[in-house]
Amino acid sequence: MAGKKFDLIIKGARVIDPSLGFTSDAYVLIKDGVIAGVEKESAETARLVKSADKDQVIDARGKLVTPGLIDVHVHLREPGREDEETIESGCRAAAAGGFTSVCCMPNTAPRIDNQETVKFVQDRAKNADARVYVVGAITKNIDGKELSEIGDLVKMGAIAITDDGHYVQNPDIMRRALEYSKMFNIPVCQHAEDQYLAGGGVMNESFESTRLGLKGSPAVAEEIAVLRDIALCRITKARLHIQHVSTRRAVDAIRQAKKEGINVTTEACPHHFVLTDEEIGKEFNTNLKVNPPLRSRDDRDAVIEGLVDGTIDCIASDHAPHSEEEKDCEFDQAPSGMIGLETTLGLVKTYLIDKGYLDWADAIRKMTANPARIFGLSGGSLAKGMPADIAIIDPEKRWTVRADRFQSRSRNSPFVGWKLSGQVHMTILGGRVVFRQ
Amino acid sequence: MSPLASRHLLGLEGVAKEDITLILDTAESFREVLDRTIKKLPTLRGITVLNLFYEPSTRTRISFELAEKRLSADTVAFTPSTSSVKKGESLRDTVQNIEAMKIDMVVVRHSSSGVPYYLTQCMDANIINAGDGTHEHPTQGLLDMFTLRRKYGKLKGLRVVLVGDVKHSRVTRSNIWGLKTMGASVALCGPSTLIPYDAERFGCDLYTNIDEALEGADVVNIMRIQLERQQAGLFPSQREYTNLFGISRERLKRLNKNYTIMHPGPMNRGVEITSEVADSDKSVILDQVTNGQAVRMAVLYLLSGRKKEGEEGE
Repeated sequence: MAGKKFDLIIKGARVIDPSLGFTSDAYVLIKDGVIAGVEKESAETARLVKSADKDQVIDARGKLVTPGLIDVHVHLREPGREDEETIESGCRAAAAGGFTSVCCMPNTAPRIDNQETVKFVQDRAKNADARVYVVGAITKNIDGKELSEIGDLVKMGAIAITDDGHYVQNPDIMRRALEYSKMFNIPVCQHAEDQYLAGGGVMNESFESTRLGLKGSPAVAEEIAVLRDIALCRITKARLHIQHVSTRRAVDAIRQAKKEGINVTTEACPHHFVLTDEEIGKEFNTNLKVNPPLRSRDDRDAVIEGLVDGTIDCIASDHAPHSEEEKDCEFDQAPSGMIGLETTLGLVKTYLIDKGYLDWADAIRKMTANPARIFGLSGGSLAKGMPADIAIIDPEKRWTVRADRFQSRSRNSPFVGWKLSGQVHMTILGGRVVFRQ
Repeated sequence: MSPLASRHLLGLEGVAKEDITLILDTAESFREVLDRTIKKLPTLRGITVLNLFYEPSTRTRISFELAEKRLSADTVAFTPSTSSVKKGESLRDTVQNIEAMKIDMVVVRHSSSGVPYYLTQCMDANIINAGDGTHEHPTQGLLDMFTLRRKYGKLKGLRVVLVGDVKHSRVTRSNIWGLKTMGASVALCGPSTLIPYDAERFGCDLYTNIDEALEGADVVNIMRIQLERQQAGLFPSQREYTNLFGISRERLKRLNKNYTIMHPGPMNRGVEITSEVADSDKSVILDQVTNGQAVRMAVLYLLSGRKKEGEEGE
């Protein structure tokens, strides 16, 4: 190490890297945009700090340093709805949330079901504040009828496929998608919700929907969809990733499938482990309208149990920007979705870590190592030679979510005004500081 | 006499017994006025009421309009041709433009549940819910209670059966909340596909057998059955519905002697109710309509002039 010059030294932090099973006070050394080493404090690190320029040393005492977070479920809205989000603004929101990599969903306009649109997104993301990985469409135009040119999409860099927002309702098409995807060893991500059972519901079917007179989408719509796809995954031996799992029965089904050795993974969103459908009746807040909908307390508890026992591999935001005009209307007319990149970490800390469900390493694993493994991303680790994608977290910092502080172009968060603990202090992408609190 | 807890009437869920009693008591004096030759009072002179009906309505709209006129309010009606926000002006813009013309109170009917609450967030006027989606129809619940209280002298202890499409009925919900608050017992009866999810939690008895439901009941309030529910696969045919749940004279034998037949209208004669029952001396269906005006006059009167917090002091 002697004589080596580093571009950046992060000193004094507690470093958590679940990919290496590492949690310890250490120095992180960065050179040429990659991790050059993670070193315990020593005379050598002291010397390095001393010889470095002042602006090359980040004093992170009292902070946590983790691999840059990865969000496997993000809507960037570009192309098509640049008024709601652009790749640039979405990546700024990612950076502000500690995320250095995001997987963007293909339900843009046009859909990401062809090479040109993949390329367009990649080009737009070149100088953005986060890495953008493209998830292509399973079917052409996401209409559930014919497979997209999946080989083309993968060749261009798509890392997975999904018709997110729409369930691939035809089981034969889904079977073929799973079979076909095996040639490329990519996960097939499913928005698991049987459309017939969901029946145009605008919230969870429960006493709350009964009381409010809002059309309910039953939990069984998710359970059946998950069970069907697990059955298809069993016979195809492909890789199935269930998106935003939200019900007890679906979590149970995935747990059982994993025990059986079926190659299924899943993710959960903060709103599904923090909120329930009981929030909606308070003021018909359309920012609480999301798909899958906020569920019952029991479902929320099941999602937490799934996170605790490892059934749920990833924490993902399902960041879904919508314009204020579109959300400012009758509840049943509003589009579904809420933004989440900038609140996920605070919600994880406040509602999973502070409540004793997960420790930091478990939580960070679900936002780094696990998504990197499932989606085959370079990142999620501070191993030597990895891209210097880093989140520095102020673990006990209390803060209030403010709409005017969002980097996202949209403001549709039900968490505005909430007091959270744990805040992103700094985000580093490839050795470059992209966000500073 | 303390004023109502809220300056709006959005629903009967959560409305206290004292408030319901106040509305019903006030309605009694307006009910008398309706029997006079001159049915007009100066009570709401200078108050402007907007009747905002995004859904077709005959009875409720006319009832409100007459209630307003009898209280000397100025009224305007707005009946948009579409309720879709995707076409044309947003609901917020619509009501804010109208409020800019100095509207004091809004009576709203809309196909989306929660719209009356939403309007309270858009404007300062007093909001009266005239039916929102499948959520609530509080003045209907109040007029049903008013009608029953007039007949029986009290609501406490009455056994009321709500029959029909209780799942999609806002009248049902308002009746449940109001009647339970007033100490009546409420039973729901209909095809199991038209009983809403987890309805046990309303604290009502649930029946899918009409004869069992009617046993020992005082009141049958019959909800309209809509053809579109059959098309949605919720029951096989009107014929079968009528066979299983239609209220005919034979079925009424199980009721208590001094029973009452109610229907919020519009009726499908021969489907959910036979003409014989609808027109019998036990039927209060037309009284409901008359009483509706008195109840709406009471609600308008009790809410008028109630300003937003901090703006009180008239």
